[in-house]
Amino acid sequence: MIPELGHFALILALAVALVQGTLPLLGAARGDIRLMDLGRTAALTQALLVIVAFGALTQAYVTSDFSVANVVANSHSAKPMLYKISGVWGNHEGSMLLWALILALFGAAVALFGAGLPDTLRSRVLAIQALIGVGFLAFLLFTSNPFERVAPAPLDGNGLNPLLQDPGLAFHPPLLYLGYVGFSVTYAFAIAALLEGRVDAAWARWVRPWTLAAWCFLTLGIGLGSWWAYYILGWGGFWFWDPVENASLMPWLAGTALLHSAIVVEKRDALKSWTVLLAILAFSLSLLGTFLVRSGVLTSVHAFAQDPARGMFILGFLLFVTGGGLALYAWRAPQLQGGGLFQPISREGALILNNLLLCTLAATVLLGTLYPLFLDLLTGNKVSVGPPFFNATFVPICAPLFAALCVGPYLGWKRAELWPALLRLRVAFIAAVIAAIVAATAIDGRATLAALAFGFGVWLILGSLSEFGQRLVRTGFRLPPRASLGMTIAHAAMGVVVLGAVGTGAWNSELMQTMKPGDRASFHGFDVKLERVESLNGPNYVAERATLLLSAGGKSYTVLQPERRLFTVQRRQVAETAIHTNLLRDLYATLGEGDAGNGWVIRLYYNPLAPWIWLGAALAALGGFVSLSDRRLRIGAPQGGKRARTRPAVQAAE
Amino acid sequence: MNRRLLFILPLLTLALMAGFFAWSLLAGRDPASIGSVLVGRPAPRLEVKALREGEPPLTDALLKTGKPAIVNFFASWCTPCLAEHPLFTRLAQREGAVIIGVAWKNKPAEANAWLKRLGDPYKFAGADVEGRTGLDWGLSGVPETYLVDGQGIVRRHFRGPITERDVNETILPFLKGAK
Amino acid sequence: MLQDPALELRARDIGRALRCVVCQNQSIDDSNAEVARDMRRAVRERLSAGDDDRAVFAYMVARYGDYVLLKPPFKAGTWVLWLGGPLVLLIAGAALLIAARRRRQVPLAPLQPLSEEEQRRLDALLKP
Repeated sequence: MIPELGHFALILALAVALVQGTLPLLGAARGDIRLMDLGRTAALTQALLVIVAFGALTQAYVTSDFSVANVVANSHSAKPMLYKISGVWGNHEGSMLLWALILALFGAAVALFGAGLPDTLRSRVLAIQALIGVGFLAFLLFTSNPFERVAPAPLDGNGLNPLLQDPGLAFHPPLLYLGYVGFSVTYAFAIAALLEGRVDAAWARWVRPWTLAAWCFLTLGIGLGSWWAYYILGWGGFWFWDPVENASLMPWLAGTALLHSAIVVEKRDALKSWTVLLAILAFSLSLLGTFLVRSGVLTSVHAFAQDPARGMFILGFLLFVTGGGLALYAWRAPQLQGGGLFQPISREGALILNNLLLCTLAATVLLGTLYPLFLDLLTGNKVSVGPPFFNATFVPICAPLFAALCVGPYLGWKRAELWPALLRLRVAFIAAVIAAIVAATAIDGRATLAALAFGFGVWLILGSLSEFGQRLVRTGFRLPPRASLGMTIAHAAMGVVVLGAVGTGAWNSELMQTMKPGDRASFHGFDVKLERVESLNGPNYVAERATLLLSAGGKSYTVLQPERRLFTVQRRQVAETAIHTNLLRDLYATLGEGDAGNGWVIRLYYNPLAPWIWLGAALAALGGFVSLSDRRLRIGAPQGGKRARTRPAVQAAE
Repeated sequence: MNRRLLFILPLLTLALMAGFFAWSLLAGRDPASIGSVLVGRPAPRLEVKALREGEPPLTDALLKTGKPAIVNFFASWCTPCLAEHPLFTRLAQREGAVIIGVAWKNKPAEANAWLKRLGDPYKFAGADVEGRTGLDWGLSGVPETYLVDGQGIVRRHFRGPITERDVNETILPFLKGAK
Repeated sequence: MLQDPALELRARDIGRALRCVVCQNQSIDDSNAEVARDMRRAVRERLSAGDDDRAVFAYMVARYGDYVLLKPPFKAGTWVLWLGGPLVLLIAGAALLIAARRRRQVPLAPLQPLSEEEQRRLDALLKP
């Protein structure tokens, strides 16, 4: 009964979305306020209906209702409750439903907090959001119905992919989707602006909080995914340039560029058509990611069950959304007149450089991800594009980006002098050079480039902090606006990520040894003893667990207990690594193949600064949230609406 | 006009990409396929000891007899090998094809028992216990099958089990054409 | 594992650049697959036999094609891949510079005198 209720709610939601996607547009074109107001009611109703549908599916999972095909395929009665719930979105249909839910919630949020928006803009934004929703709801109902029944109901389900039975991955998709779908609001704003033919400072100010929120969630989602890969895949790596990872990185890069270019629109009334294009691209790249993961055109470690028929549907949808957006852009954007003039050396110039480099990075990732497909189709040649390629092409473009990142905030709008800005950064620069030299000499000389990158990390942190410090001194220790505080945090966080990546990627060391209980090994000053290997039973798996005693100088230091789990339902093995961290380095152990006769393969990794990667990602998101809490940007703050339009010039200098 | 073109550029890029995606989906391209570089080239070295006791080891000469040969890597522990086995039996018995079997990473005793149970279609059989010959042949797993013409040139390569369709559409014409 | 630590280090580096052909985006160094194991062994055998890194890569490419290289070779089919990013940067950067230079040559439009309405508002604002 309840699954049918969910199914029915989903159908109603589609009907409501169709209304929401058409009538308010008509209203905006005709100036009919009643039709426009329909958008808000419809957005709230649609959200409510999708919540009901999502709740119904969750209920089926929680109660292990095996008369629902989706639950049978992806759940099992013996699964812990957390994974019964996360199982809802641990599969294709459920994750699409989650996507639709978040989309509807964002629509409702625009309806609730968008009171300050002009009526026409708000109703157009809501209508475009609804049209995206129509696509997803139709996709769900016609190709991927999560409420399909099976009769007779089997006694138990097939269980969830063991790799997904992990707290890190339970929350990774929701965060990622909050990011992806958040960009749909930005997209809707861009299309609405093209329809209205007006992009101004007020528009930029309304778009920015949504972009920022989406960016924060995406940052957290990517960070969490990388952390999961680090401890579950068991190779000590944190980023594998897998197509799915790339698919999340591309919208992040475009979104980051968008955050910065929107500032120029807001403060200087320039870069309008470019910003609109980025807003369209950020969401399009999110959709492209979905397409790549689900259509089966590329293989990946993380891919869902793939189906060409679904692929065609998403491709059609991608063409409709992106193609429609870009066609509208080609038609209307040339009429957007750029405003403020500026010199190349200026805040605007620095932000353009930022955009140029970020977009080049996104293009590099896109090309690298899709090239094997292109080449195979055109010539039949198979190539792989793996980490060494991206390290050789992506990382060098980061260098000028990072170099300029600290200088930009020192430059004034319109025209600025480069030299005084550089002079004020001399302390950070000297410290960075020293750090690089120390790193190059203290740690084995093999990795000169790593030492350089380390210097860049220090430069990013100190450069951002010194700008902040000097501003404090200048203003008599009055805390700057939160928007700029957030910027400092996010910029410095990039440095933290870089340091972590260099430490883990270039300076890690590893010991691989076959050990029997009682065997000892020496690793990084620790005496490692394999105490025992035992079998144990988890709720839905059996495992072998090794107990490694680490001692230093005769004193016991820590115990590491890596496991190898065999999930009984799927007959699949998953390594459960053991990690000891002191925030400066990780000691990381995995248990490999083996038996009592021959011993077990034990791998130990020493990963300097590894935790900083995720610390940095969290810090970057924190910076974003701090910015978001700025009164000026707060969604629904009274600055919205008509008052904002008369005020932009007042806050120009910052 | 020039400026207009710039604004159309994103749309054109999208159209190009979407074209490739549609092509890939419609052509049913398998993204996991890794292709084979051996096709059209002389077959790699084939020097393995015999699987069946008392037979001489396999040599390259077997591939340059002027008659086409089918080289099939298999193992007794491999389930898909079970599926394609009847096809080889048919090829050997009805078509008189020369089939060279190589047991990959398989204890000879187990492979022999497997063949005894299912029937032995191989005119020559080798044992590649450590997988070295497999590596030379660019093997990614078992089963894999190569069609080698009488001059020792690899003409086709199948990864995974061969099917009825492969036999009718590729292998039989190859055997007839190469004769 | 090779006894010579320098050689083993080279083997690890090579292993990280070779793709496990049955896995998804894993290097042979990271993979537990049978084929990956054979390939690791082959790399070490080639190195012990005195091959240089290039020869080891060539050995693998002869068997598995360019697919086995995680870093695709620079050749006719891949120059778009390798040069695509830098070209985007170069072209867009050059276009921006040219646009900036052209803009500098165009004199700023003469300032419009304030309209009466604006003058009145300005006066009102400036009045103490």
